[in-house]
Amino acid sequence: MVHVSLESISKVYPNGVRAVQPTSFNIEKGEFIVLVGPSGCGKSTLLRMMAGLEEITEGDLSIAGRVVNDIDPAERDIAMVFQNYALYPHMTVYNNMAYGLRNRGMGKTEIDKAVKEAATMLNLTEYLERRPSQLSGGQRQRVAMGRAIVRSPSLFLFDEPLSNLDAKLRGQMRIEIKALQRRLGVTSVYVTHDQVEAMTMADRIIVLNGGRIEQIGTPAEVYHQPASTFVASFMGAPPMNLLPARYNGNGRVHLSETVHIEAPGQANYSGDIRLGVRPENVGIVGASHPDALRFDLEFVEELGAGRLLHGKVGESGLIVHIPHTDPIPSDEVYVDLPKSALLMFDPATGARL
Amino acid sequence: MKRAGFNQLGLPVMLLLPQLIIIAVFFYWPAVFAIYSSFYLQDPFGFGSTFVALENYTGLLSSAEYRKVAVFTVVFSLLVTFLSLSIALLLAVKADKVIRGARTYRTLLMWVYAVAPPVAGFMGVMMFNQGTGPITEFLALFGWEFKLGVNFNDTALAMVVVAAWNQIPVNFIFFLSGLQSIPQSVKEAAMIDNRSGVRRFWDVTFPLLAPTAFFLLVINITYSLFDTFGTVDTLVKGEPGNNPMTLVYKVYVDGFRGNDLGGSSAQSVILMVLVLLLTVFQFRLIDRRIHYT
Amino acid sequence: MAVMTDTDRTVARTGRPVRWSVVIDHAILIAGSLMMILPVFAVFISTSISDVEIYREGLNLSLGPHMAENFDKALFLKGGFTGEITGSSMLINSFILGIGFALGKILIGMTAAYAIVYFRLRFATFAFWIIFTTLLLPLEVRILPTYEVVQGLGLANTYTGLILPLVASATATFFFRQFFLSVPEELVEAARIDGAGPVKFFIDILVPLSRTMVAAIFIIMFVYGWNQYLWPTLITTDESLFTLVRGIKQIIQNLDGANVPEYGRALALAIIAILPPVLVVVIFQSWFVKGLVESDK
Repeated sequence: MVHVSLESISKVYPNGVRAVQPTSFNIEKGEFIVLVGPSGCGKSTLLRMMAGLEEITEGDLSIAGRVVNDIDPAERDIAMVFQNYALYPHMTVYNNMAYGLRNRGMGKTEIDKAVKEAATMLNLTEYLERRPSQLSGGQRQRVAMGRAIVRSPSLFLFDEPLSNLDAKLRGQMRIEIKALQRRLGVTSVYVTHDQVEAMTMADRIIVLNGGRIEQIGTPAEVYHQPASTFVASFMGAPPMNLLPARYNGNGRVHLSETVHIEAPGQANYSGDIRLGVRPENVGIVGASHPDALRFDLEFVEELGAGRLLHGKVGESGLIVHIPHTDPIPSDEVYVDLPKSALLMFDPATGARL
Repeated sequence: MKRAGFNQLGLPVMLLLPQLIIIAVFFYWPAVFAIYSSFYLQDPFGFGSTFVALENYTGLLSSAEYRKVAVFTVVFSLLVTFLSLSIALLLAVKADKVIRGARTYRTLLMWVYAVAPPVAGFMGVMMFNQGTGPITEFLALFGWEFKLGVNFNDTALAMVVVAAWNQIPVNFIFFLSGLQSIPQSVKEAAMIDNRSGVRRFWDVTFPLLAPTAFFLLVINITYSLFDTFGTVDTLVKGEPGNNPMTLVYKVYVDGFRGNDLGGSSAQSVILMVLVLLLTVFQFRLIDRRIHYT
Repeated sequence: MAVMTDTDRTVARTGRPVRWSVVIDHAILIAGSLMMILPVFAVFISTSISDVEIYREGLNLSLGPHMAENFDKALFLKGGFTGEITGSSMLINSFILGIGFALGKILIGMTAAYAIVYFRLRFATFAFWIIFTTLLLPLEVRILPTYEVVQGLGLANTYTGLILPLVASATATFFFRQFFLSVPEELVEAARIDGAGPVKFFIDILVPLSRTMVAAIFIIMFVYGWNQYLWPTLITTDESLFTLVRGIKQIIQNLDGANVPEYGRALALAIIAILPPVLVVVIFQSWFVKGLVESDK
């Protein structure tokens, strides 16, 4: 069931800057959507338009079947978690959570029940009488979450809520937020520039670039079948290898005058391409392998769980990911780019062929 | 002090010396001299002085005239502070909100900071002038015969208006900077929590401005007590007569016009105590209670 | 059909009704701005009217022919008790007071703050408190004894006597101390490793770093010094030392006695008295605001 729908929504600032190109998509009830992209890609603007903090220049936004373009943020039945938490510094944790409820005219006992419940859920019970300045970063983050939860909104909006936490806490909160969302079943839109967060939390990822959607898909789809070179290099660390090559429509991909391998499939195209392959899909093979390519190993990056081999195939840089159980190859190294893992992109538009 | 400070003696002492000498000569000496003189009665003809202990103080505190001046000063300070703070707050809130012309408004609302109080007082004289002042003429439309320098209440009102007008820019600048330092996201969080702009102001914005407001409260009281000397002096055209005057003005009138060094010094000492109390109030009560971070 | 609805929607969105709250906001701001401007503007315009007319009708908002003449009189006509002072001599004195006061404050304050912050002095805290205490008592409170002291030192009717007692408070010192404390600790450590001594560090690093702060403080102090009234009134009885703001008192007292008071000249002098500080504040607005907000906190 569609819960939130965006119909060619766009944003033009008074100074003429177009932050969001006309954008349409639907969000199912209970779905966890992550908007991901580099800074300035319009993801925050999109989220803030959903919140009503930013006016929608054109298009229609509906939440739960109601067009909310001209509806006040307070009346949209949403809750938002801000990047710097935006807690009210002069109110206690309890009042921070209760404030929105009081304004909706909820009764004292009900408010108390809702706040206590949320506090228990987030392990905040003993901090209810403290001010935000007396809490640690992680605790403030929880209060911000609590403030969103108590309203039991029909839509959660998250604006990079974990970016101010250290790496360890970030990993922990990631799991907590996801689990909480599952439990409450509230439709959520989550903005981040961190592709790991996007991959791990999302039901569906929307990759944005330059104010337009590059791809919408499940994490697996976005990772394995990126719609463009942008998505291919934005998602995944290290990014997908993109080798300059030529495709002549004859089933072969030419990496150079002399080196060519089997193409991944048929495409109605001929000319220069970018050949994409994920580092972990590249195999180290013996010199006798039929599709073996000579790999000039330049240096090895130790990751613990695995290793990244940086080097070159012909003139193009290539990164290969091998498990830590494999030996570090020496002497002459040969690699194989398996046909099933190859993707071809149009170098001009970046689109997948 | 920096942890890697330089380890010398001669240079820093040389650097400190000018400051220390100046405040010793022009601050501590006069301050001690004031306390000393307040216990003496000076001969009106300049032939020596007699130790009278607390007589100058008891004389002041039992003087009906001094009490009248003190009461006027309190009322005057409160009115100026209230008027100037509330108008400045309203203007700052609006200036923070509008997008078009924000810079222009800011300039137009703050330049009066540079107008000296006596010049403001002189302009007040022109505005409130008996018979010809634009404000006087305006008030005459309502049958109010405004008599600056003659009627006590009228003169007092003019003083309050001019002093408050002169102080609006400082308050405006501080309020505006206080408003601008409230994180945008907190304002936005409040928008999601509450649809009424007025309620949001009183529930969120105003409490967050409270530290600024209390700081300004002390600044404004200090201003009304001391910096309005020029305003008062020009508005009464140097003729105190039966006109209202502030405590500082009375120090001047008694000390320089009346040549009463002892009495004037005792008044100075009373004012010093008053300022010290204000400062203690500022540091103790306010800084502890109203700080959120 | 689809195209039709799309354009309809665009029209509806861009042509939204006038928002009354925005109109009210602007109305309040305009009213506030007028309140600040009108009195001064009326005084300015009235400098163009003849004395008799102002005497009879008060301030006026329509231009007359006498503006140049009145400003000329204000600046160059000799007057006063001795018949020797002109507006331009008062203007010069105002600049001497404003600039002298600002420079004195900055020089003394900066060096003292440097000594307190950057040296390991056993009595640094003590010195700081001695200096800090001066913030508590404004000159107005100890005006008579200060007068007696300055008079006793033979400094009455001198520029030194006019400026130095005003410098004797620690506002600038306190401000520079705050600023120096906010300068990263590593800077002095790096400088010492690079072989810079205290004098070199001060001149090569700290002073250039403080440039904006110095500018901001200069503006605030210049305006403050320029606008001094009570102290100059007491300590300068020699008319050749009068500043414009000090001169206002004379101007007003002269207005009452005369048959047809010299209103035009008086109003022109008032405008001249506020013009330099107003220009400084308006032109260097952002420095000034920064200095004001940061120094007083």
